[in-house]
Amino acid sequence: MSESLLPDGWELVVGLEVHVELQTNTKMWCGCSTEFGDEPNTNVCPVCTGQPGALPVANEQAIEDATLLGLSLNGGVAEVCRFHRKNYFYPDLAKNYQISQYDVPLIHDGYLDVDVPSGAGRGSEEGEGGSVETRRVRIERLHMEEDTGKSLHVGDTGRLHGADRSLIDYNRCGIPLLEVVSRPDIHDPETAQAYLRELQGIVRATGVSDARMEEGSIRCDANVSVRRHGEELGTRTEIKNLNSVRSLGRAVRYEARRQVEVLEDGGTIRMETRHWDESKGVTETLRVKESVTDYRYFPDPDLVEVVSSPAKVEAIRSRVPELPAAARTRLREQGVPAEQAAAVVGSGSLPTFDAALAAGADPVAAGNWLAGDVAGQLTAAELDLEDSGFTGDHLAELLGLIDDGTLSTKLAKQVLAGVIQARGAKGPTEVADEQGLKQVSDEGELRTIVDQVVADNEGTVADIRGGNDKAIGALVGQVMKATKGQADPRKTNELLREAIEN
Amino acid sequence: MELTQTSASDLAAKLAGREVSSREVVDAHLDRIAATDGVVAEGDVWSARPAADEGGDDIRAYLAVTATSARQQADEVDARRVAGEELGPLAGVPLALKDVLTMRGAPTTCGSRMLEGWDPPYDATVTAALREAGVVVLGKTNMDEFAMGSSTENSAFGDTRNPWDLDRVPGGSSGGSAAAVAGGLAPLAIGTDTGGSIRQPAALCGVVGAKPTYGTVSRYGLVAFASSLDQAGPFARDVADAAALQALIQGHDPRDSTSVPREAPDLQATLRDGVQGMRIGVVRELQGEGYEPGVEAVFAQALDRLASMGAEIVEVSLPHAPYGLPAYYLIAPSEASSNLARFDGVRYGLRVDAPTAEEMNAATRAAGFGPEVKRRIMIGTHALSSGYFDAYYLQASKVRTLIARDFADAYGQVDALVSPTSPTVAFGLGDKADDPLAMYLNDVATVPASLAGTPAMSVPAGLAPAPDAPDRQLPVGLQIMAPLSRDDVMYRVAWAFEQETGFVPSPTGPRALAATTQEVAR
Repeated sequence: MSESLLPDGWELVVGLEVHVELQTNTKMWCGCSTEFGDEPNTNVCPVCTGQPGALPVANEQAIEDATLLGLSLNGGVAEVCRFHRKNYFYPDLAKNYQISQYDVPLIHDGYLDVDVPSGAGRGSEEGEGGSVETRRVRIERLHMEEDTGKSLHVGDTGRLHGADRSLIDYNRCGIPLLEVVSRPDIHDPETAQAYLRELQGIVRATGVSDARMEEGSIRCDANVSVRRHGEELGTRTEIKNLNSVRSLGRAVRYEARRQVEVLEDGGTIRMETRHWDESKGVTETLRVKESVTDYRYFPDPDLVEVVSSPAKVEAIRSRVPELPAAARTRLREQGVPAEQAAAVVGSGSLPTFDAALAAGADPVAAGNWLAGDVAGQLTAAELDLEDSGFTGDHLAELLGLIDDGTLSTKLAKQVLAGVIQARGAKGPTEVADEQGLKQVSDEGELRTIVDQVVADNEGTVADIRGGNDKAIGALVGQVMKATKGQADPRKTNELLREAIEN
Repeated sequence: MELTQTSASDLAAKLAGREVSSREVVDAHLDRIAATDGVVAEGDVWSARPAADEGGDDIRAYLAVTATSARQQADEVDARRVAGEELGPLAGVPLALKDVLTMRGAPTTCGSRMLEGWDPPYDATVTAALREAGVVVLGKTNMDEFAMGSSTENSAFGDTRNPWDLDRVPGGSSGGSAAAVAGGLAPLAIGTDTGGSIRQPAALCGVVGAKPTYGTVSRYGLVAFASSLDQAGPFARDVADAAALQALIQGHDPRDSTSVPREAPDLQATLRDGVQGMRIGVVRELQGEGYEPGVEAVFAQALDRLASMGAEIVEVSLPHAPYGLPAYYLIAPSEASSNLARFDGVRYGLRVDAPTAEEMNAATRAAGFGPEVKRRIMIGTHALSSGYFDAYYLQASKVRTLIARDFADAYGQVDALVSPTSPTVAFGLGDKADDPLAMYLNDVATVPASLAGTPAMSVPAGLAPAPDAPDRQLPVGLQIMAPLSRDDVMYRVAWAFEQETGFVPSPTGPRALAATTQEVAR
């Protein structure tokens, strides 16, 4: 971004509400499976469909997972808290109340430090020399609640308005959700995006969720307002339907500008929920909050208090894993460039990286491959690292084959492709052997080929001798062709020069 | 003695001794139901005659009679007994289940149009425990809609009559269960009690009814009225039968988070130990104004009897008890307003179609709920609204805490507390139907223990004249209350008292039990 987001004198204020679906085996209040993508209404029971007489029982694992994430976000754990009912009517909410938390959340007062390009959001002087700065976003609370079912609106636009009829899938109803509420500490789209990305990384590191925005296992709503510097907070709008980190950035940018335009034209901002339209690149009114909805919160009499003893909390704290920021620092200390370190950690490749190192790989090379070719080939193959079968041992083996001269970098990429294609059933050595991919670096063998090429291309050789050094490339090409690309390029060059000079 | 007038324990003894089969016992009850209860005795599940057909001299205790499955279950128990299998103490004995507890194989309506025809997909934990014990469920009993009421007149399917006088109410909300036991239509029944819904109908029908300590009996499958108060419990014709039935259904249930995670008290061990040397407190605030003189006279007599048996009678105070009724009528409707939100026409029960989901919800609820349910949903919604929450719900919760403390203080001085169960004897059908406040006053003596979660029961204490018909003698109940999880103490006092009064509840309604009123002095 070369131009400033908002006109001089205006400040953007953003707070994010992020819902994380906890990937426990069973739902929050019953024993139903939480599997994503099953046939509609197959993972349901009397409890999660709100049958008369059914009662909830809190999932201990979900509470532990939530505590783990809360501690990973530097939060404090309430010694005693309870569940409240949030009352509102909606067909996909089976009981017509959502079990949530109210005055005392499970986790309070955490924070998240995020790295953003220096000067982001401060006008045109941003991006000073590609350096980054760390900003702290305070987290007000993490509270537990349950997910709703999914409404499918049949007919017209696929949205409720204008639909012929609606179908409801209760598979998702009752899946444990953790709502992470930030303070309005965010003042630019880059920080909002960095916060969401970092939170996603921490969620994955703790293993409580795969945090896939596209599957809805992590969802983000943005509360956006603008104000003139030094003034009170402006009226905020809530932006929904943010399906990626990129949409979050785009939507915040659009909404900030829209609000400033409205205000500068003398208008007012309404308290409302707005829908982000990804294809049009605009936010549109979804519903106007004419008054504050009265959810009539009260303590759920079906559930008992959640007690987190200091001993229990410390036991969970001891399970907090290495978090992304610490992992990035460690990789940088091991010599991996910052950008690659961020890529390895951000893509969830860290376990593979560590396994490769354990198997003897060089950290710089491992980082370079994971952030580069491995990531690239997986994206092309539309695969996740964990589904690809490609392991840290494979990576170490591959790097070993490069180191001992068996494979050139180019051949190694082919071998990598082979391993991925076999979903890891074949290792690099096996793939190289099978496909006959082996660098020709045997001097005797290579010299024979080189001599032949020099003899066959007298004109080019004369050219080179005449001073056109670049023409040697053509001869290298010939050698490669003759060896089916398996000649060691460095050695080939060396031998060609030797032969030409003689 | 006729099988329909025999106590559960006597039936159990006859069954164990193979003097009679469960099938014979069940058939005798089905015959009596067909003759006196106003059901259409056809098909696998007999249904109550439509409310429009009421009148005549039927009791109308049952909404549905599971005749075929009851006979099958009886046959199974008989076969197992013949095979020499070890059976539970009440195996083969029939029972009536309040229609607020789910049971597969029959509709569960909660006395509401909203759930008319709803076949629950699961058994309540209580129902499962009964099946497991070989107790034969005869059918589902009538009740005030969603357990809201004290006369069973709020049922959408017509009222139930008191077997002592068919022109009078049986009490409520478990009026069907109480009337079934009093009328010889079942030796045992299950009811539920939120603010007195077991104890008050037990008193008005002259039977034994107990509300266990909150959390003693699982609420899983009990369609919630007020979750923090609802508790299922037994009806029987004597104390030992009630204790035996509670023993079958009590115990921790992992499906109910509010279920007490400890072993329930042993109700049999000290049942017959008597009250010699016990200190029994009379609650100062639960007598006097509002209590009928006839009720007070029977209560005074009951105190004399307890004293004559060696109990020390002392007066104690529950200073906050007078605030119990208003607190109860805020907390219970508040919870109800949320609990009943699920009845929206989307997943089960009644649906009244309309163009949008919101209009469909509204139309369904307008048509499906009766006036008392709507009244309480509105009261509860208001009490929970922002701006009113602190003044109503929160304040009521504080009163509740104070009442629980009052009880704890009182139990520091005495072993048990007593009061009249109900300020009145059974009143006439329709007498209070248009006066909600008069109806709510029925619960004045029962709600304090409900709010405290402590166990309380009603045992027949004698007869008193109806104020509107002085020659009509009607039952009066003695409420016996005990500390939390000391249901054993409550039953012990009740059993001793029952022996002393020698009261045999024998209703005199025209088609109720044929026997004449008996009050046998010991």
